[in-house]
Amino acid sequence: MNQQHKEFRDSVKKIYQALVLVFGAVSLVACFLVYGMIDPGFSAFRQDNSVVDYAVVDEDENWDKIENGIHLRTGLKEGIGLMETVNNCTNCHSAKLVTQNRMDAARWAATIDWMQETQNLWDLGGNEEIIINYLVTNYPVKKKGRRLSLENIEWYDLEN
Amino acid sequence: MGTIIGAEIVFAHVMPQGYVPLALQDPDPFKLFGKNKEMVVLNDRPWNIEAQAHLLNEKITSNQNMFIRNNGKIPENIDVKNWTITFDGESVKAPKTYTLEELKSKFKHHTYQLTLECGGNGRSEFDPPAKGNQWTVGAVSCATWTGVRLRDVLADVGIKENAVYIGYHAADLHLSGDPDKEPISRGAPMAKALQDETLLAFKMNGEDIPLAHGYPLRLIAGGWPASVSGKWLTGISVRDKVHDGTKMTGSAYRVPCEPVAPGEKVKDEDMCIIESMPVKSLITYPKTGAQIKEGKSLKINGHAWAGELDVAKMEYSIDFGSSWTTCDLQAPANRLAWQHFSANISFPKKGYYEVWARATDSRNNSQPMVLPGWNPKGYLNNACHRIAVKVK
Repeated sequence: MNQQHKEFRDSVKKIYQALVLVFGAVSLVACFLVYGMIDPGFSAFRQDNSVVDYAVVDEDENWDKIENGIHLRTGLKEGIGLMETVNNCTNCHSAKLVTQNRMDAARWAATIDWMQETQNLWDLGGNEEIIINYLVTNYPVKKKGRRLSLENIEWYDLEN
Repeated sequence: MGTIIGAEIVFAHVMPQGYVPLALQDPDPFKLFGKNKEMVVLNDRPWNIEAQAHLLNEKITSNQNMFIRNNGKIPENIDVKNWTITFDGESVKAPKTYTLEELKSKFKHHTYQLTLECGGNGRSEFDPPAKGNQWTVGAVSCATWTGVRLRDVLADVGIKENAVYIGYHAADLHLSGDPDKEPISRGAPMAKALQDETLLAFKMNGEDIPLAHGYPLRLIAGGWPASVSGKWLTGISVRDKVHDGTKMTGSAYRVPCEPVAPGEKVKDEDMCIIESMPVKSLITYPKTGAQIKEGKSLKINGHAWAGELDVAKMEYSIDFGSSWTTCDLQAPANRLAWQHFSANISFPKKGYYEVWARATDSRNNSQPMVLPGWNPKGYLNNACHRIAVKVK
């Protein structure tokens, strides 16, 4: 191995070491920046970790919790077709608009047509029949006649 | 938390600790809108809230007891300084835009007490049931409204002789989120638009109009379905035909031109637009369910209104409509304001009674004791109001 060759080898080694150093430094900075994007507050490095921001909300898993036969989030009754109704009928308006109304299957179908024609409701496909069955089963039409008796009177003493 | 909302919270890192984003807040409408706790929420998206009869005992309805009827989402971030209203349509000589400040400074202010009743008030009683919010008795109010006359502004804009109808446009948002859809855009014929009492209002009961009731600018057309009184007003189109905006066509705010049997199908072309509301009344004191001692008399009071007309006579019955006794009836504060009535009732013996109230308008139309003519959308139920009383 001649002198020239040795010098060449040394200089290649130096360049190699410098490159490794630069690459390592760039990688470190990159890691730092990427982490900064994910956690801009660098909260994982803070002393004060007691503040668990608003997380740990059980609702995540209980989002569709049902209690005493009522789907808590919407107030709809438990039954076959509940989730199809929740997922298609409570996006734009409240479930209260559904449960206030009592209709037979034909009128619900007409109402769905109206919502599709004018209110941007999507094609319900096979869910339409499931939803209508759910509604007429769980929210049937009540006969009211020409005038109901006064109901749900809370009696109280009136001194006059 | 983003998964709960169903979207990334873009500025989550600057969101204050402990802050619950609006999308997750369990909204308390009573706090949100300053409403009485006894108001009844019929719908929370969109907001529809009604009073109970006894909450309406005030002579001038305060915000806390005023029903809310919304068709879309309440506009957010209202920039009142830059708020404008634009007049356009086939029958303006040239389109014209005013800032709110210009409206207030350029035209004379007028104040009237005006009855606003939802066309569907009482819908819950119809059989077969009618589609929509199931209002009972509380979708009516009579507050004072201050603003400029629409007539004065239209004169300044300059309208053509072929003007037939005005239609309003507003800043509320469609429930589907589609920015090209108007939740509601109704209006009135020129004759109604040009009445003294038809206002572009910016005050309710002497203060800025509450947000839920149309802040900062609302069209007020007393005596007609309250949907004519468009909230969050941004425009008026002067039309050379009947306005064809959202909820002007089809079966919305229309009843069969000719009476139909309950449940009958009615074609759209056989439905006519509701104009003046029918004669009606409410017993606002006492609250239903009062028990009084035998030998004591019962003082009742309430309000009566008749759309464009005056109420000429007010009566009550305690024997299920077999006999009627006249109440004291006051003149309205101004045209299109409700009128107050009162009476002192003696009961012949112990037992269960219902006090029924019946108003008669200046054209001799009275309230029916049972449901009036059935109609597909359940409008115009002006059947007698009833309260239950026990004498012990």
